[in-house]
Amino acid sequence: MSTPTAPAQQDAAPKETAAETENLATGSELVIQALVEQGVEVVFGYPGGAVLPIYDALFKQNQLRHILVRHEQAAVHAAEGYARSTGKVGVVLVTSGPGATNAVTGLTDALMDSIPVVCLTGQVPTHLIGNDAFQEADTTGITRPCTKHNYLVKRMEDLPRVMHEAFYVAQNGRPGPVVIDLPKDILQGTGAYVEKDAVNHRSYRPQVKAEAAKIREAVEMIARAKRPILYAGGGVINAGPEASRLLTEFARKTNIPVTNTLMGLGAFPASDPQFLGMLGMHGTYEANLAMHGCDVMINVGARFDDRVTGRLSDFSPKSKKIHIDIDPSSINKNVMVDLPIVGDAGSVLTDLVDAWRNLGKSLDEKAMEAWWSQIGEWRKRDCLSFRQTGDIIKPQHAIRRLYELTRERDTYITTEVGQHQMWAAQYIKFEEPNRWMTSGGLGTMGYGLPAAMGVQIAHPDALVIDVAGEASILMNIQEMSTLQQYKLPVKVFVINNQWMGMVRQWQELLHGGRYSESYSDSLPDFVALAKAFGAEGLRIEKASDLDAGIQWMIDTPKAVIVDCCVAQEENCFPMIPSGAAHNEMLLGPEDRAEKPISEEGMVLV
Amino acid sequence: MAPTTAPIEQRTIAVIVDNEPGVLARVFAIFSGRGYYIESLTVTEVDPANRISRITVVTSGTPMVLEQIKAQLDRLVPVHGVSDLTQEGPHVDRELALVKVAGAGEKRVESLRIADIFRARAVDSSHEHFTFEISGNSGKLNAFIELMRPLGLVDVSRTGVVAIARGPKGLGRL
Repeated sequence: MSTPTAPAQQDAAPKETAAETENLATGSELVIQALVEQGVEVVFGYPGGAVLPIYDALFKQNQLRHILVRHEQAAVHAAEGYARSTGKVGVVLVTSGPGATNAVTGLTDALMDSIPVVCLTGQVPTHLIGNDAFQEADTTGITRPCTKHNYLVKRMEDLPRVMHEAFYVAQNGRPGPVVIDLPKDILQGTGAYVEKDAVNHRSYRPQVKAEAAKIREAVEMIARAKRPILYAGGGVINAGPEASRLLTEFARKTNIPVTNTLMGLGAFPASDPQFLGMLGMHGTYEANLAMHGCDVMINVGARFDDRVTGRLSDFSPKSKKIHIDIDPSSINKNVMVDLPIVGDAGSVLTDLVDAWRNLGKSLDEKAMEAWWSQIGEWRKRDCLSFRQTGDIIKPQHAIRRLYELTRERDTYITTEVGQHQMWAAQYIKFEEPNRWMTSGGLGTMGYGLPAAMGVQIAHPDALVIDVAGEASILMNIQEMSTLQQYKLPVKVFVINNQWMGMVRQWQELLHGGRYSESYSDSLPDFVALAKAFGAEGLRIEKASDLDAGIQWMIDTPKAVIVDCCVAQEENCFPMIPSGAAHNEMLLGPEDRAEKPISEEGMVLV
Repeated sequence: MAPTTAPIEQRTIAVIVDNEPGVLARVFAIFSGRGYYIESLTVTEVDPANRISRITVVTSGTPMVLEQIKAQLDRLVPVHGVSDLTQEGPHVDRELALVKVAGAGEKRVESLRIADIFRARAVDSSHEHFTFEISGNSGKLNAFIELMRPLGLVDVSRTGVVAIARGPKGLGRL
């Protein structure tokens, strides 16, 4: 198609501001200038036609480091891993059309887990938008439901403002992904830069500080509690390490037991005697029964996810519920609460700690003693116990040993999705926030390897391990090539049971053991695969070789894939079957026969 | 807690938004993506100088769902404010319709007579038709349209509901 008007438009734009030409820069340069002013150090991306001008500008500078991934989905997961392990915004740069559509899974993942990501997508020139041009996609249309907000920049003068707004929106309030769609003519046009401080968002002002009256009400409610519990989620991690410290301080001052969600692991030290472990579908017996039996529940930065609540009508039926969340739409969505508190977890916890001190009360000592002794009884069930006998490695044993051999190090753990993910959540103990990166809300297989890549970029000297399954790892295995290019010593620890284990587990529980398409047939030789990518590989088949294998993995100064062959039939327990309540959990395979899953539960996921 | 047993209520909600590209799609997406009902939705810029638009949406659901709808709308980045006109006090709601009735003879005369009772005005006419303009609340419009049906109703165009709170207070941003 001929477009005679296009060059004329491009010529016309700079004339108006010709007087101050020394302050003008190309759109691409403005993008980079804004990224640098926002404190960005690393961009994960993949080039293509529509973003060539940005890549050209990247070539000419040395303030930003670009990490070339092998698939755009991995760029977003890498940015998520980077963001979650540092607390900074992760930045992604992809081209138009397929570049943008490939990023969609990553964006949705970041939205579900509230991870701050800014994703720059190329777009065809503005005059071609809507013409079905080559590599054109309606990126803002496609990404509207999977981003916190998105922009299509159609006017040069909007570009710097949009860049700064995107960072503001991504990291303020409940964090999330923001897409900026950048038509090629905007990237090639010229305009003036606007500094970050000159940009003020017109409408977005999330409430950070809670109302004082609500804090007072909360401490009074807590002071009257006889069986309280703190249920803390990813909001505490997102609020920064100080929030985790405050949560710990508040819990220790009050002696209230703490349980964490999958997203919240690390918000409270796992070694603390007040920690009950993770709650929810594969949570511990003591955490779930304490949730069921508590009289005051203090939810800090968690969202009553269906994986946590089980059957809503029987969820913690006798408790008064306090819900602290920065997102008002998370409150009273699934579970009606008695005291909603809108605010940032860190800010609210600061106020709570102060208010508690000022109240000068302590919890009913006798009641707390009884509560802790009840929890002690539940703990005696030792719900995560397993027996490792013989040569065949139990997956739980593999992960426990992995934890025990890495706990003294500067370790970060990512996972893929499935049984191995739940075992990692159960058996790896996190003492601090930002050490655990897993796809919680979306449950994205293929998340762990690119996320680990992003973590390793941010923490070059740390031990970064992707606990993987043999099925999940193949979903983004191409990133082994990225590891090789940047010499990233990520360790991929594959729990290989030759099944899509969680699918198989559900088929066993719900579909009469008809294992439809869940067998991992025709698996690659992971050791040879690692070598093909320039990494090291090791297969561990016997329990007696496990420790040495893990140690070898830790000591190898480059990327490693460990193919840890484990018992195939193991399932993930404890488990609250879908549609069941917290007190109806299955502790092991022998429980299954007595508690058939309801028809109602069958339709749930 | 089971949402199905709670009574279904109707609400008229005003949403003040930045008039930026895609803002209506974002508001729509809240309803379509989360399975909420839209009975009526209108939008127009009300403050061109500041690029502010006002969306009036009539929706229905259980009280818990309605609270969710408002919270979900309020968390959209370009939304300045959400106001539940039904809940926050008395309000005026109006809708305008253009109603075309074709026919001749007694039916044609009858349509004019009813239009007069409803204070509808004929805004276009020929020997074979009248087009009436009528405004009022949705119930009045429904009644008028039903009466026109046997008299040769051929076309209806309605604006959807616009609403404003009674009393001297505004929603701000103007």
